[in-house]
Amino acid sequence: MTLDEILASLFPKGHAVAVDNEGLILGSGPLERGGVAEIIGVANKTPLGVDGAIKLACKVLEIIATGASGPLLVLIDSDSQRMSKRDELLGLSEYLSHLAKCLILADMRGINTVGILYGRSAAGAFIATALSTRTLTALPGADPEVMDLPSMSRVTKLSLDVLKEKAKSTPVFAPGLDNVARTGAVLESWDPNKSLAAQLSELLQRETVAGDRRDLLGKQRGGRLKAADIASRVKTLATGLG
Amino acid sequence: MSALHSAAATSWYEASARQRVAALLDPGSFKEFIGPEQREVSPHLDIFDLPKQFDDGMIVGRGMLANKSVFIAAQEGRFMGGAFGEVHGAKLAGLLRGALAAANELSAVLILFDTGGVRLQEANAGELAISEIMRAVLDVRAAGLHVLGLIGGRAGCYGGGSLISGCCSALVVSEQGRISVSGPEVIETNRGIEEFDSQDRALVWRTMGGKNRRLLGVADAFADDAVDSFRTATLALLSQSSRFDLGAMQAEQMRLEERLTRFGSCPDATQIWSALGIKDPEKIPAMPAGAFIALANEIQEKSHDAR
Repeated sequence: MTLDEILASLFPKGHAVAVDNEGLILGSGPLERGGVAEIIGVANKTPLGVDGAIKLACKVLEIIATGASGPLLVLIDSDSQRMSKRDELLGLSEYLSHLAKCLILADMRGINTVGILYGRSAAGAFIATALSTRTLTALPGADPEVMDLPSMSRVTKLSLDVLKEKAKSTPVFAPGLDNVARTGAVLESWDPNKSLAAQLSELLQRETVAGDRRDLLGKQRGGRLKAADIASRVKTLATGLG
Repeated sequence: MSALHSAAATSWYEASARQRVAALLDPGSFKEFIGPEQREVSPHLDIFDLPKQFDDGMIVGRGMLANKSVFIAAQEGRFMGGAFGEVHGAKLAGLLRGALAAANELSAVLILFDTGGVRLQEANAGELAISEIMRAVLDVRAAGLHVLGLIGGRAGCYGGGSLISGCCSALVVSEQGRISVSGPEVIETNRGIEEFDSQDRALVWRTMGGKNRRLLGVADAFADDAVDSFRTATLALLSQSSRFDLGAMQAEQMRLEERLTRFGSCPDATQIWSALGIKDPEKIPAMPAGAFIALANEIQEKSHDAR
């Protein structure tokens, strides 16, 4: 789905969402059942650098400061983090972390943050945006990846053919929505043929508690069989109950 | 041999993760959770015919630091570059969740980073683990507890590891401790050698290395390579306040906006150092740690409540 189609379906009565010349999505729109949804995001497969991250974070902090109860939608069709000397020289890690921290703070303060992955996203940009929301949903065209197979081939010294063959049986390293969803990162995919406004409304009523249950989801889906148990065992030992 | 002597004699860079933990904490106080004897290895490396390690390159446990109770996690940079996989990441996530539950009896959580980022052979699990750890770090901080990052190992602190470090309440870094999202080779591969020459070691160090990170305010304290220097810096940071709330994030927003305004058009670290008022910026890379710590403290004293 294109961004225009998504926004039209989310906000049938119209909206005030725009993409600026740096590929950032900013704005708001009226919810079907009353109230306003605030929007941030990255469009057009734009890489996320220091300049974009600080602008998006600024908007998140403004929303928190107004005392708004949300929701806050994070629409994502990005590249990875911007790879440049300037970004790294200036401390890109802090800018991406800052955006993630602001989104997580919003969630802690009771603002329901919903990621909507409708295109590409990868690596640091994916962590700082989509993965920092309370719930992440996906639309057709969603294509998350940590690293593309050709780059992975260079790093692992395995041929592309070998990697493609292994990817069939080992989704834990392979790119793509289904493989990422199996780990628990994506809660659900939305149906593009039904009203997105209605699907959002239903999600907002259902996912009302902040917190992180993604390792349990990954266990249920068979994509991360050990993570939840290991984390739970360490927690038990750490609290002296083991 | 006294603990102080042992710590003083140990190079952080050369030490293994277990040696760092042992030398940093009060002698004999470390107690590991899910140690190597339990052989909780990665379930994903066999398919690549890669060797496994019984602790999956992550050591987590509790101990005492100057008689204060702390939780501690340490990455082994010599196993798969300290990269985050499913088990590796879950151990740290579990430790942080335990710290939240035991916050009343703890002084801090210490994370000894030594990582290239996500482990590509289990990339989806590793990436999600990083996001879970970031969330858990912030939950612990919101409960009023310090989460301190210590960076000075062979693998540096790259990729998703650098994003976790950005969630910590403060960082201690040594000259060897590089902090960066994209590594030099990744930038060069994607953008060309004109953008970043990964073979130019001086460029790598002055861009991503500990000295530039300390001067910019990415890190709050600088340590000599010796373990006791890390210990001294860590104890000093523990005495400062730590909070994660709207005020802290608004202060961080201002701090990071100001950095872009002041240094956004500097083509190289040397120009940033010059803009900071350092008279002989070209002498920074060779400056001994003691002199550098004094200089950095003079230039950059704020920011502790702005992260």
